[in-house]
Amino acid sequence: MKRRQFLGLLGAAGITATLGTTKAQASTHTFDGYPDAKGVLFDATRCIGCRKCEAGCNKVNKLPAPAKPFADLAVLEHERRTDEKTYTVVNKYRGKSGPVFRKVQCNHCMEPACASVCFVHAFTKNPDGSVTYDPSVCVGCRYCMVACPFNIPAYEYSDPLTPRVMKCTLCHDQIQKGEQTMPGCVAACPKEALTYGKRDDLIEIARERIRQHPERYEHHIYGEKEMGGTNWLYLSGEPFKDIGLREDLGNKSVPEIVSGPLSVVPMVAALWPALLGGVWAINKRKEKVAAEEQKAAVKAARAATKAEGEAKLAKAMESAERDKNQAIEREVKRALEEAAEAAKKDAGDDGGEGA
Amino acid sequence: MSTENTTKSYMTPANIITGIILAIGLVITVLRFTKGLAGVTNLDQNNPWGLWIGFDLLCGVALAAGGYTTSSACYIFGLKKYHSAVRPAILTAFLGYALVVFALHYDVGRPYRLVYPIFYQPGTTSLLFEVGLCVFLYVSTLAVEFSPAMFEWLGMTKIRNAITKLTLPLTVFGVVLSTLHQSSLGALYIAVPSKLHPLWYSPYLAVLFFVSSIPAGLSMVIFEGTLAHKPWHHMMDKTHLDEHEGVILGFSRGAAMSLGAYFCVKLVAMAYDNNWSYLATGWGAWWLLEVVGFVLVPCLMYAIGSREKNIPLIKWAAGLTVFGIILNRLNVSLIAFNWQLPSSERYFPSFYEIMFSIFIVTLGVTVYRFIVSRMPIFFEHPDYKDAH
Repeated sequence: MKRRQFLGLLGAAGITATLGTTKAQASTHTFDGYPDAKGVLFDATRCIGCRKCEAGCNKVNKLPAPAKPFADLAVLEHERRTDEKTYTVVNKYRGKSGPVFRKVQCNHCMEPACASVCFVHAFTKNPDGSVTYDPSVCVGCRYCMVACPFNIPAYEYSDPLTPRVMKCTLCHDQIQKGEQTMPGCVAACPKEALTYGKRDDLIEIARERIRQHPERYEHHIYGEKEMGGTNWLYLSGEPFKDIGLREDLGNKSVPEIVSGPLSVVPMVAALWPALLGGVWAINKRKEKVAAEEQKAAVKAARAATKAEGEAKLAKAMESAERDKNQAIEREVKRALEEAAEAAKKDAGDDGGEGA
Repeated sequence: MSTENTTKSYMTPANIITGIILAIGLVITVLRFTKGLAGVTNLDQNNPWGLWIGFDLLCGVALAAGGYTTSSACYIFGLKKYHSAVRPAILTAFLGYALVVFALHYDVGRPYRLVYPIFYQPGTTSLLFEVGLCVFLYVSTLAVEFSPAMFEWLGMTKIRNAITKLTLPLTVFGVVLSTLHQSSLGALYIAVPSKLHPLWYSPYLAVLFFVSSIPAGLSMVIFEGTLAHKPWHHMMDKTHLDEHEGVILGFSRGAAMSLGAYFCVKLVAMAYDNNWSYLATGWGAWWLLEVVGFVLVPCLMYAIGSREKNIPLIKWAAGLTVFGIILNRLNVSLIAFNWQLPSSERYFPSFYEIMFSIFIVTLGVTVYRFIVSRMPIFFEHPDYKDAH
């Protein structure tokens, strides 16, 4: 459901619509586990560490001959992993009573990490249960190797321009073409430590073995749920961590783990422009309002100054007028007084003359 | 202004060292494309990503975050007084991303197919697809954002004016893309809970990478501004010199806040996964060194520095932050990655890998020197003063 949701979200963002190609349809929603998918059950209590599976794999897949022959069991003394020339190896571990062996190869996850993290969809989970790789689109980024919780994919580091990622294919091509009826390693096993069949049937077989010999087995089928379930399943008499199988991986597949962060991606693209545009618009508006307010303030200040000036002027004019009037009055008064004085004097002179 | 500076003898010590490093880069190029990655790197089947991803890609992208932080501060958040810092920051970001893409051509197996995820067969369920798409789009965006400086230099007014009209949409687009790929680079590692040490693994890795890219970008602007100030003082105009101190103070406030936020996200991630018990281990001490020594301490230094206007303290904080971000990216990608493998199977970069990273940085510095000595980066072109 979660995966479907996130695919919906991706679709909503238009990414798949604009960039999807018909070839790239194997998205995560097809990794739910095909009903008739096949797998292999490995039973560590039956494995004798003969390396015949390694030889079988090497032959069927036409891989380069190893440095030391497959009959040389001394190589078991050191723990090995798969590499670009070896799709499978057998490792020896110290068990409660004597050595125990465990075969290493791609576990063909039901929801493979490699396929979900590949940015060119070079990996395909096929209906037959196998996970296969298409070198014709691979860029060589090696994220599949980073993401694989079982450290399986290997890389041709010595190839300067056309390196491939190499890993077990569950003999997908050979079985499709009818060259084989089962993977090369299974066909080569002399002890029936490997059983090829429908995954559902293999789980039944494994349960039955545990039921019949509860003292012989750990009561757990490794791969039934680990990392979302794998098409390669393991039974063991020793704790799985003692035969190199990590017990702390959890049951969530990688597509499930990364679906959360993936689903956020289109949301950022959808919301950020509006948020950032909003912040920009708010700032723009603030600037505009500030500018307008400044303008208005300047205008008001100017008007106030003008009015004040006019009032001052009027007042000054008024007082000037008053001063002027007073001066005139004063002058008139003085003139009148002077005139009266002169008249009085004239009158006195006339009287004296007459006496 | 620029010619008198460049017609002098090229045989300066800096140029000679640059020449030697570029020559070594050439040797590595030949080896890489004749003998493959095995010929030059210590990568192996368990350690598919080395220094070229951990440093060249992760640190390169984080430290180029100055581009989107500065341009968004100036054009979106309205902090116009940082305008003189935008061009140097955009230039650094553009060069940073261009070099990230350049370096990837060495690291991926088939560089001629680098466009496949975008144009041929996109794997939309991959966070690496997301990173690839965003980096591709962002490097193009940065090229356009940077181009006005070049067009001013070349005297192509019309196209320069047309592009400057796009400043706002370009900035918004740049922030969207940066948010996406900065966080997605962290989210790449959400797929590997079984390989990355719990103290660095978190479902919040995307948030952690994005939030930390902000102080990384701001610190790089301060750091780089400090480095550029002396040699190109004569290229800087009055506005640039006048605003320089304001930029440092403003950015240090931003860096203090974003580092504080980053520290909080670190704690939340820690509490969410209940990883406290790991603090008592050796890994815990290493984690504390990173988070206290290179997040909390520079955060406080920035806060005090901006409050007391203590520019030297701020510059030290910038250096510590840049170092801390590099340490964090290397922790996630190399040091705490595959922590459960026995020490004999752990990765340590080869001489060539280290030299190549130095070569990439040198290449960036060389192109930077070439550009800032010629184009209007630290000064406004006289024909376009106040034209923005």
